Amino acid sequence: MTEIVLEATDLVHHLGQGAGRVQALKGVSLALKGGELVLLMGPSGSGKTTLLSILGCLMTPDAGTVKVGGQAVAALDAEALAKLRRERIGFIFQSYHLFPTLNAEDNVRLALDVRGERARAAKLAAREVLATVGLGHKRKSLPRELSGGEQQRVAIARAIVGKAQVILADEPTGALDTANGQAVMALLADIAKDPARAVLVVTHDPRILPFASRVIHIEDGRIVSEESGGESMKKVSNA
Amino acid sequence: MSLQFRLASRNLFHDRLRFIATIIGIIFSIVLVTVQMGLYVGFRLMVTTMIDHAPAELWIMPVGTKCFEDPSLLDERQRFRALAVPGVAEATPLVIGYAQWRLPQGTTTPVFVVGSELRGLGLHPWNVVEGRLDDLSVPGAVAIDQTYFERLGITGVEQAAELRDRKVQVMAVTKGIRSFTTTPYVFTDVERARSFTGIAPNKASYLLVKLAPGADLWTVQQAVRANLADVEVLTAAEFASRSRSFWLFGTGAGAALFAGALLGLIVGTVIVAQTLYSSTKDHINEFATLRAIGSTSRYIYTVIIWQALLSAIVGFAGAAAIGKIVAAATAESALPVIMTPLLTVALFVLTLTMCIGSAIAAIVKVMRIDPTLVFSR
Ligand SMILES: Nc1ncnc2c1ncn2[C@@H]1O[C@H](COP(=O)(O)OP(=O)(O)O)[C@@H](O)[C@H]1O
Ligand SMILES: [Mg+2]
Repeated sequence: MTEIVLEATDLVHHLGQGAGRVQALKGVSLALKGGELVLLMGPSGSGKTTLLSILGCLMTPDAGTVKVGGQAVAALDAEALAKLRRERIGFIFQSYHLFPTLNAEDNVRLALDVRGERARAAKLAAREVLATVGLGHKRKSLPRELSGGEQQRVAIARAIVGKAQVILADEPTGALDTANGQAVMALLADIAKDPARAVLVVTHDPRILPFASRVIHIEDGRIVSEESGGESMKKVSNA
Repeated sequence: MSLQFRLASRNLFHDRLRFIATIIGIIFSIVLVTVQMGLYVGFRLMVTTMIDHAPAELWIMPVGTKCFEDPSLLDERQRFRALAVPGVAEATPLVIGYAQWRLPQGTTTPVFVVGSELRGLGLHPWNVVEGRLDDLSVPGAVAIDQTYFERLGITGVEQAAELRDRKVQVMAVTKGIRSFTTTPYVFTDVERARSFTGIAPNKASYLLVKLAPGADLWTVQQAVRANLADVEVLTAAEFASRSRSFWLFGTGAGAALFAGALLGLIVGTVIVAQTLYSSTKDHINEFATLRAIGSTSRYIYTVIIWQALLSAIVGFAGAAAIGKIVAAATAESALPVIMTPLLTVALFVLTLTMCIGSAIAAIVKVMRIDPTLVFSR
């Protein structure tokens, strides 16, 4: 039986102030198990990014609990949350957020450097992971010398090099063409095959459905439905 | 090479214009501080030149004398009372004062006369490059420094001029005896000095005291004090220190130099703080990413501090080079900018401190960083 690596219960969260204040999450619960690739789908403004920020311990919810690897995060201060992130969570962003002045290898190594890992070991690990994402030959390239798809693969390498249990991706294919999007998703699906690791991908790209083990639909701050990847596919093709 | 250092240096060199602005700011600031502090060091040395070159171990002076140039007088007969004190080997009068020097072509200029006994204990000119010290015993003989040739209308030894309507003849020329007041020194015999300055024959500015071999400075100082009325008795070091405090702090010259240095520091801090802050703002997405992937705050501060330190090192190198040039250019002037190794080290530490202090604004900026920034485009 695979373990629950991330669990959220009854998350409520507000954003903005005064008249602009909105309830972005209105009681969201979900659990991610090792070995899963879960898609989070929903219209723009439905609260996907907010949910991801809270699950990734970048933000503390107004109400509700988050447990990472069984540990409740509510009581943790900013530094303890940072520690949790660097040890257990990997992020992938739509706009990659690579460091423009560092080459691919150093960008990946950064995830280990912030954990205080020795440079030599970190370099070897970074090279190995870059090879896994198919960029072994581009490790000395700067981000601007790489295509969008390649940059996103470097970002994926950075997210997984530290053996994070939870990979959170916010529209990772949003800026990519179909071929590159497919390649990135295939890579994420591959990563999720590791039974110790769960991948949650926010997207509104239906081409990703074949890769999903589960699809969660969110609308207006609430989870409205959930189904297996196969069911979702059928719905899309029937439509 | 650590990744933090690499990030810092790339952040810094990435924006060349800003980097150049930072370095120019640091150089400007530190050169200003260097010049002010170098002047301070130079001034400190200059104001005690005469005391440092006098062979006296004790100085007897009128009560309340503030510095070497102080015009107050004491009774020369005190000399015999001083000589009666056990441990005093010699006590000789020194006369100082301003006088009008009349150039051969008729115009006049003020000079500062220093007269002492030519044989025995006296404040004699040093660094004689023309003529001989012994020739000062010739009637009307004086020694001047070659720096002031033009001002005094002299081009070499054996030339004549007038001091207070008395004919004088330059019999010795020195090199490098300059006054920070820019009034030329004229060395001569004590009697002649009195006549040039109008000081009465039984008066003197100081009594220079030399101790007998083996005598204890402090003991003799106390004994002379006890035996003489209406005078102060200071060791050479005490007198130098009193002179320095007067010129540096009594006149406000020192305070002005420090104020200039402080101004330089403030300007430098503002410039470096401003450029570091704007660089941090430009890279805020990267810092947010660092924070999102779980770096400690310290990790991020280290990157910023490295940026500050790197700027400091490059800026200091530039400032030190310019400082050296200024020191060389002013070495022969009345008020040289003097760079001692200690001052150089102190300036380097100051530069580092200034740059790290400047990083505070940038650090406060990243302290408030919101890691969810990474989700916005
Ligand atoms: N900083 C903010 N201040 C106020 N409202 C915000 C802010 N960020 C997002 N929102 C609002 O919160 C809701 C959820 O936003 P978000 O989680 O970004 O949605 P999604 O990622 O699904 O598009 C939206 O209605 C959005 O307009
Ligand atoms: Mg979003």
